[in-house]
Amino acid sequence: MLSDILVYGLMNGAVYAMLAIGFSLIFGAARILNLAHTAFFMLGSYAIYFFGTNLALSPFIAIPLSIVAVVLIGVIVYYVFLEPIREHETAVLIVTVAVALVFQEAVLIIFGGHYRGVSSIISGYISPLGFRISYQYLLTLGVVSFCLLVVWLLLMKTRLGIAIRASAQDREIANLMGMNVAQIAAATMAISVGLAAVAGVMVAPLYTLEPHMWLSPLVLVLAIVILGGLGSIKGSFIGAMILAFIEVTVVFLMPGGAFLKVAIALAIMLVILIVRPEGLFGVYLEGER
Amino acid sequence: MAVIRIALRYVRNEVLVLPTRVIAVLFVLTLLLLPLLTQNMYILRILAIASIFSIYAASWDLLSGFVGQVSFGHALFFGVAAYTTALLNLRLGWSPLVTIPIGALAAVLIGLLVGIPCLRLKGPYLGLATLAFPIMLMGIIFVFPNFFGGELGISGITRLASIRLNEYYLAVILMLLLCFIMWKITDSKVGIIFHAIREDEIAVRASGINTIKYKLLAFCLSGFFAGIAGGMYTHFLRIAGPSMLAVLMSFQAIIWTIFGGIATIYGAVAGVFILFPALEMLRAAAEYRMLIFALIVLLVLRLMPQGITTYARDKLERECPRCKVRNSFIRKECRICYSNMR
Repeated sequence: MLSDILVYGLMNGAVYAMLAIGFSLIFGAARILNLAHTAFFMLGSYAIYFFGTNLALSPFIAIPLSIVAVVLIGVIVYYVFLEPIREHETAVLIVTVAVALVFQEAVLIIFGGHYRGVSSIISGYISPLGFRISYQYLLTLGVVSFCLLVVWLLLMKTRLGIAIRASAQDREIANLMGMNVAQIAAATMAISVGLAAVAGVMVAPLYTLEPHMWLSPLVLVLAIVILGGLGSIKGSFIGAMILAFIEVTVVFLMPGGAFLKVAIALAIMLVILIVRPEGLFGVYLEGER
Repeated sequence: MAVIRIALRYVRNEVLVLPTRVIAVLFVLTLLLLPLLTQNMYILRILAIASIFSIYAASWDLLSGFVGQVSFGHALFFGVAAYTTALLNLRLGWSPLVTIPIGALAAVLIGLLVGIPCLRLKGPYLGLATLAFPIMLMGIIFVFPNFFGGELGISGITRLASIRLNEYYLAVILMLLLCFIMWKITDSKVGIIFHAIREDEIAVRASGINTIKYKLLAFCLSGFFAGIAGGMYTHFLRIAGPSMLAVLMSFQAIIWTIFGGIATIYGAVAGVFILFPALEMLRAAAEYRMLIFALIVLLVLRLMPQGITTYARDKLERECPRCKVRNSFIRKECRICYSNMR
């Protein structure tokens, strides 16, 4: 059981980390609280279902195609709906909720409300030390870790990454330094949606797909981001691991109380938040009043 | 005769001069006189539920729009009051007249309980932390299914009033009264402090005002009004279920209020009375219902990001550049100081 907790905890933690980092990035760079973020995750899952299962393309074509398609939708949503009304923060909030609802309903109409499954990309499993881990888990874990590493390098080492971090710290000054803040925000949106899409594509074989699958990860992603501190990549990662392990432990220790997993995870988030109001690694920007 | 003449003059001088006031008065009159024109229970039922939800949305506006304490978990107040009301009514057999105020007081208590730990949190942190409370409460409800009715909720509650028409009038008149009270609160001295806390809390504190007191007051007031809405809703539908604590319930208040226009109170009412019947009418479109609804919200906010009432007010009225009194858009000179409006 300990091994199960370890495997599932790592796996869920990695997926939540992908989602939370994307959410945190777009909040940092554009101050958009993108509640449609996990809807892009759902779109990614359905895209791989469409390309991989419906059209029966090979995974090597279907996976990149799904990711590109979702990123494209994300950028279009950003330019058409979010960019023009960005000064009205509350309106942006509701627009993202409406976007998520549109995705949910569109998927419901196109694919129907049935539970769908995607077959694993590779089958089989290894059993080190007596417990089995399927290759699909390992692949997912590998891809997710690779993506997190790439994003980390992108943010820390490239010009674009520095620009994203600069505009997250202070949009106005970044603008005065000659950075095109609007373009940076669009690029961040693409990266953030891309992360959600990769997560969606990779976990599609492990989860059951249904049009409402975005809602429960959304609550957790929000909790993770708050727990780790808004805008902090490290915080999002650690927060994701903490909440994922709590969730998995609750499920394994109290099989009858699995419906409590979100409630307990949120209770722990609240306790941490009351002790540290800015999250574990967040910084209060006093100037931003 | 003199009374009528004074009333007519008041209407001409104070109501007819501004298109928005005319709309507001027409709206109130339509709601009150509608049962004379139609006895269609379906329409009256929709409008009664819309009235109850208006109180709920306006209470969110009071807390989040005016004080700036954006709450994503407003369903907490609604749900706590709904369950309290339902349990008191079912287990102890108390009448709605008693259970609804007690339910509202329970919501106030919860408002305090939530407000105190949340005082240290700001902006998005506060919003996302409040999101957690109704979900946690929902967990508790599922842990004790025998007491709280679990998944199915509590049913078999007495009606709000004996006949449908009375229920309609009770809902509408209470809505008008409570929304008027909320609007007056936001217009009072307390309301000004609320505004100031939203704009710059540190400056308010520096002016020697105890912002903690006012923020808690806002949580309590908002909880009270949302609680009344929750209790009335329970007695109207005669059921209290876990869906009243769902994330969607919290977001609905936000969608209605922002659609109508945030920090206005009347915007919340307008949002509910436009979107709620619209969603009902879309039942004709069956499976496309939510899609069309979401697209309407999306497009309207894309075109009028401040909300529909604020947009309409800015189109229908202009502020006099000299005396700052609002004027109808057709006037060439100000109705008070006769200065040129161009």
